[in-house]
Amino acid sequence: MRFVDEYRDPAAVAALASQIQREATRRWTLMEVCGGQTHAILAHGLDAMLEESVELLHGPGCPVCVTPVEILDRALVLAALPDVTLCSFGDMLRVPGSRGDLFGARARGGDVRVVYSPLDAVRLASANPSRRIVFLAVGFETTVPAVAAAVCFARAQRLSNFFLLVAHVRVPPALEVILSAPDNRVAAFLAAGHVCTIMGTGEYQPLAARHGVPMVVTGFEPLDVLEGVLFAVRQLERGEARVQIQYTRAVRPEGNPPARALVEEVFEPADRAWRGIGVVPDGGLALRDAYRAFDATRAFPGLAAISAEEPAACRAGDVLRGVLRPPECAEFGRGCTPDRPLGAPMVSSEGACAAYFRYRPAELLESSA
Amino acid sequence: MCLAVPGRVLERRERDGLRFAQVDFGGIRKEICLETAPEARPGDWVLVHVGFALRVLDEAAAREVFLALGVTQGAP
Repeated sequence: MRFVDEYRDPAAVAALASQIQREATRRWTLMEVCGGQTHAILAHGLDAMLEESVELLHGPGCPVCVTPVEILDRALVLAALPDVTLCSFGDMLRVPGSRGDLFGARARGGDVRVVYSPLDAVRLASANPSRRIVFLAVGFETTVPAVAAAVCFARAQRLSNFFLLVAHVRVPPALEVILSAPDNRVAAFLAAGHVCTIMGTGEYQPLAARHGVPMVVTGFEPLDVLEGVLFAVRQLERGEARVQIQYTRAVRPEGNPPARALVEEVFEPADRAWRGIGVVPDGGLALRDAYRAFDATRAFPGLAAISAEEPAACRAGDVLRGVLRPPECAEFGRGCTPDRPLGAPMVSSEGACAAYFRYRPAELLESSA
Repeated sequence: MCLAVPGRVLERRERDGLRFAQVDFGGIRKEICLETAPEARPGDWVLVHVGFALRVLDEAAAREVFLALGVTQGAP
């Protein structure tokens, strides 16, 4: 067992796909929450396999994609300061702000670095006491324990030159926004597997019950996605709306208690703007007061006052809510490509627009015909 | 962003007061922090994200889908 290849077995994939087709008495509309699932669906053609029984809408589960322009603009201001080293995960560096991206800031002489782990950013701070190290902290609940551990590590070392520009987001409040929208078409969710590895399923029970929507916590390989769809279709056919775990090898109902304890120690829920969706109540995280010394918006006066408009031509918000398929956007493949992106969903390795551009070149041709 | 990769724990060690392990990813070895999965032992498969183990994978649960389908993939 290697936990990856087995879940791509073509015979097993075909068997599950026909099982779904046998059990669905009508065409159901499902949303996969996570961008990793979106990429698996398009890369392996799962949407085409299920065409007659299931419509898959792509959800907001790409933290890079939902990071608003104003946070990037703040990062760009910091990257231009001579004593600041700005670091983040690789995907963030190509996302356009109001005036260019972080790679551009590096080309202009800024010290901008890609790190693999938030601990690497703390080590940079420890090794460079004369510089201020700012980590642009993006990510869903999956990533937050690592960042919380890094903050605790920095505090244990009494570092005073390590800061976070916090852009963390929480999934359940965004699902609430999607389900509450008057134009909502989602009948069931494939919830994000790794988010629930950390958080468990407790936050999803009330959502499923209140909106009458099945929530199936699903993994990322083709067999995982298809089994998640099968579980969701079975619930819909029976009129059920439960939280169910497909991704049992990685998710327990209680989540990961030591990881949750780290998050709870360092962060608290806070209202947060999501790109294209607007302010989501409790949709993000902020450092608790005990850790505010690490908050870049306090350490760098004026940072919090920077605000920005989302680019008008980019319809990322509609894509992230599952209202618009990327090839239906007027700019898709024309004014907006992975090389010259208008918005983050075309940049990120998990963005829905990037997935269509990479895996569905035929749709690009059709949309320009 | 939430991408996580399975790897096998080789040996545990402490560094800077934190728990780490050498983890093997099909031949590539990296030092991974175990503060988020302190129960991981050598031989366990862990799911790794941004340098941290998200949890130990449940090998019995991993086989359920294959048993349900009646196929042999994933057998030990």
